[in-house]
Amino acid sequence: MSRQADPTAPRSTRGARVEVVGLSAAYGRTRVLDNVRLTVEPGGWLAVIGPNGSGKSTLLRSILGFQAHNGLVRVDGVDTTGMPRRERARELAYAPQRPVLPEAVSTRDYVALGRTPHRALLAPPRPVDRQVVEDVMDRLGLAELADRLLRTLSGGEQQRAVLARALAQQPRVLLLDEPTAALDLGHAQQVLELIDRLRRQDGLTVLSSLHDLTLAGQYADRLALLSGGGVAVEGPPSTVLTAAALQTHYGARAEIVAAANGPVVLPVRAPE
Amino acid sequence: MTTTAGHRRADRSSAGPPPARRRRRTVLALGGTALALLLALLAGVAVGAVPLAPGAVVTTLLDRALGVVGIHLHAGLVGSDAAVLLQLRLPRVLLAALVGAGLAISGAAYQGVFRNPLADPYLLGAAAGAGLGATLVIAYSPAQSIGPVGIVPLAAFVGALVGVGAALALGTATGGSSSATLLLAGVAVASFLAAGQTLVQQQHSEDLRAVYGWLLGQLGRAQWSDVLLVLPYLGVACLVLLLCGRALDVLAVGDDEARSLGVHPGRLRLIVILAASLATASAVAVSGLIGFVGLIVPHIARRLVGGSHALVLPVSLLTGGAFLVLADMVARVVLAPAELPLGVVTAFIGAPFFAGLLWMGARRR
Repeated sequence: MSRQADPTAPRSTRGARVEVVGLSAAYGRTRVLDNVRLTVEPGGWLAVIGPNGSGKSTLLRSILGFQAHNGLVRVDGVDTTGMPRRERARELAYAPQRPVLPEAVSTRDYVALGRTPHRALLAPPRPVDRQVVEDVMDRLGLAELADRLLRTLSGGEQQRAVLARALAQQPRVLLLDEPTAALDLGHAQQVLELIDRLRRQDGLTVLSSLHDLTLAGQYADRLALLSGGGVAVEGPPSTVLTAAALQTHYGARAEIVAAANGPVVLPVRAPE
Repeated sequence: MTTTAGHRRADRSSAGPPPARRRRRTVLALGGTALALLLALLAGVAVGAVPLAPGAVVTTLLDRALGVVGIHLHAGLVGSDAAVLLQLRLPRVLLAALVGAGLAISGAAYQGVFRNPLADPYLLGAAAGAGLGATLVIAYSPAQSIGPVGIVPLAAFVGALVGVGAALALGTATGGSSSATLLLAGVAVASFLAAGQTLVQQQHSEDLRAVYGWLLGQLGRAQWSDVLLVLPYLGVACLVLLLCGRALDVLAVGDDEARSLGVHPGRLRLIVILAASLATASAVAVSGLIGFVGLIVPHIARRLVGGSHALVLPVSLLTGGAFLVLADMVARVVLAPAELPLGVVTAFIGAPFFAGLLWMGARRR
């Protein structure tokens, strides 16, 4: 796997620094996040990990402003709270865990929705919008599927289409909630490679949740382990993924094996 | 094989992002349905107890239209034929087109807003509210009209708006603006109003015929004043809905994703529901409850042009107009001189037609 930036790719340092300061969120009286503090460097990839119900999706939705919360979210130092929706949508793009795939809509038309924050809502797409859409589809290998209906694509192709829609937003930060949730191992790796290539080529900042710890350790350059409503450990994968941490926060027995691109987590059954 | 692949690649990387084929399809769909509406209008005014020659109809209409600017063709229909055309057929056919167009575009908008293919314009209590309003005045009102406006259309119009308003108020008070809560609020309001209507009907069984006649939908008493009455409301509502097409396409990917694209889902939903309800209330006021158009026509439009609301809404508008003009023509002709209730005809024509579409769609797949 090449971790070198493609020299022919247009280098634009577009990625923004994302800072989360003292973020708390609750569903009714159930507090899910309590005083979360995080920073993602420009062009970095932070994967949020943590056991089920630890608030990974809530954290992403709070950062995007979909979820009522206290605390600050700053993008390159600018507080997003008062930011107009469309302006925020030009900074942050989002792919949910289970994207809604509209019926009878072609891949091209779906990807083109990513241009919404860049053009007047009532107006038809401009030539520049069409060009961005075609370029993004080319990059993600969707050109041949452009006229196919989105619902008829395979799971991996659909996930690529969702990514393409997010990229057509030309954002500075990609927020991806479990981008590999619906994919088998091979397709999961393909999608993660793609995300890594895109962020290196474009300098995008990536903030994703990932439940597969090995994949998180292999691809992200930093991990934040959410547990008990806060960030328990944060740092490079080798410092976050330890047998002790997995025992404490997941109640899991696992061995950690060092590998080329990061630690590999092996679940181990307890001896009789 | 290699040449086609190479050709496609060249095609893609060169100037051609807006593929001409797609644009042609759009023009074809809009032009085709507009033509269908025109032909339906022509058939609608020509066919009836007194048949009128389509050529003479066109000449007469041209003569009247040009007469406004002082040009007279001195040709076309005269005497009673002209009266049949201008005083009876034309207002009725135009009213049918307006009602059909309004119901169909409202149905398409409701289906988009609720992301539910079974939604129709009556979903949120418009039908139940109009029904209660009309029943109340048929049973209790001593007057037949207030000024030039009939009391039944007025009550139906107000009732429909009150029904939708109550559903919206209940939905937003309890669950913000999520579509599921709105739907449930609509169900609650509709069943409450329908129960009220049944109660009033029960107490005034002597008015049952009048109420049922209204409920089943009719355009038999259509006049120019009806056309002029609904035109402003329908016009504004349809214009708003047509403008919202692209925004509805964004809403189709879900509330969170729409938010992430910079759209306010709750606000958009409210605007679309208000506009669609205004169109529905106007349609119901002059024609009673005509079922099926608002449910089926959007599906026909989607089969024709795909899922994009930017196209589905205008195509639904045109197709709905054409469909109801033809349905009304059938209602007049089949048992002439008696008339079938329009709601019965729309279901009789619409259901088999839709079944055929489903069957063809299944075979294609």
